[in-house]
Amino acid sequence: MSGLRANLLVWLALLVLLGATTGGAYLPIGRFNIALALTIAAIKAALVLIVFMRLWEGPRLARVFAVAGFFWLGILLWLAGGDYLTRHGFPPG
Amino acid sequence: MPRSVEASAIQFVTLAQQREAATLGIWVFLATEVLFFGGMILGYAVYRWSYPEAFAAAGRHTAIVLGTANTAVLLTSSLTMALAVAAAEARRRRLLVLLLLATAALGCAFLGIKAAEYLKDWHEHLVPALNFTFEPRLAGPAELFFLIYFATTGLHAIHLTIGIVVMLVLAARSRHDRYLGPRSTTVEIAGLYWHFVDIVWIFLFPLLYLGGRSG
Repeated sequence: MSGLRANLLVWLALLVLLGATTGGAYLPIGRFNIALALTIAAIKAALVLIVFMRLWEGPRLARVFAVAGFFWLGILLWLAGGDYLTRHGFPPG
Repeated sequence: MPRSVEASAIQFVTLAQQREAATLGIWVFLATEVLFFGGMILGYAVYRWSYPEAFAAAGRHTAIVLGTANTAVLLTSSLTMALAVAAAEARRRRLLVLLLLATAALGCAFLGIKAAEYLKDWHEHLVPALNFTFEPRLAGPAELFFLIYFATTGLHAIHLTIGIVVMLVLAARSRHDRYLGPRSTTVEIAGLYWHFVDIVWIFLFPLLYLGGRSG
């Protein structure tokens, strides 16, 4: 069966990263906790996308669609985030 | 009338074209799903930024052991899913059925653990509107946290339930060589959906369970 080794290795890596993210959450590093957690989440998502979902082996257009999804998510978070992070008086009271 | 293994559906010229169209279709759907869940995550981010103390305090009340175990269960289900696709391509029908059922079983285990967690939340008075008590100073925004917690994990559970049904249908219909060799696209498409639901959880887990642990 093709890809057995790669799939097993990625699964092990995902479990190790899960341990790292849960353990890392208890480190007293203040606002870097969330940065660490989201970095690990992004690495895990990339492993799933590339190895389990074989994004780089499928049609090139599928990659464009996948990137477009995250690109528009980036616009959503960037513009809406920019608004809320710089606005004073929100939340009210 | 049974079709031969190499024949494509009537609207396609070749099986390769059919495969490409199906793959593109699921990626378009998944891109819309990114924005669907993305909107909820944006809502979470805005309120976490506005009420950092309450969100940290509320995050500490989530069940981290159950949540971590559940993440491991879901990551493992992605492994069995990936192996199921490989089995379909290698024309190993019995192994395919076994792996599809294993994936469905792991999905059910996830939902079971999640249900136990919801029950625990109920007993700890963490269910917004219905049964919620919290340190009065932070109660308002903490209730907001748990509203987002139930909305996102509930929506994720609905997605997972759909995935489990798809796995069971594929396993039940997987007779002869319906999903094998060049016909493995169906399993692959189902797999892409399953892995996406896994990715959503990969991001929900640190946002909902890990906040405020080091404080």
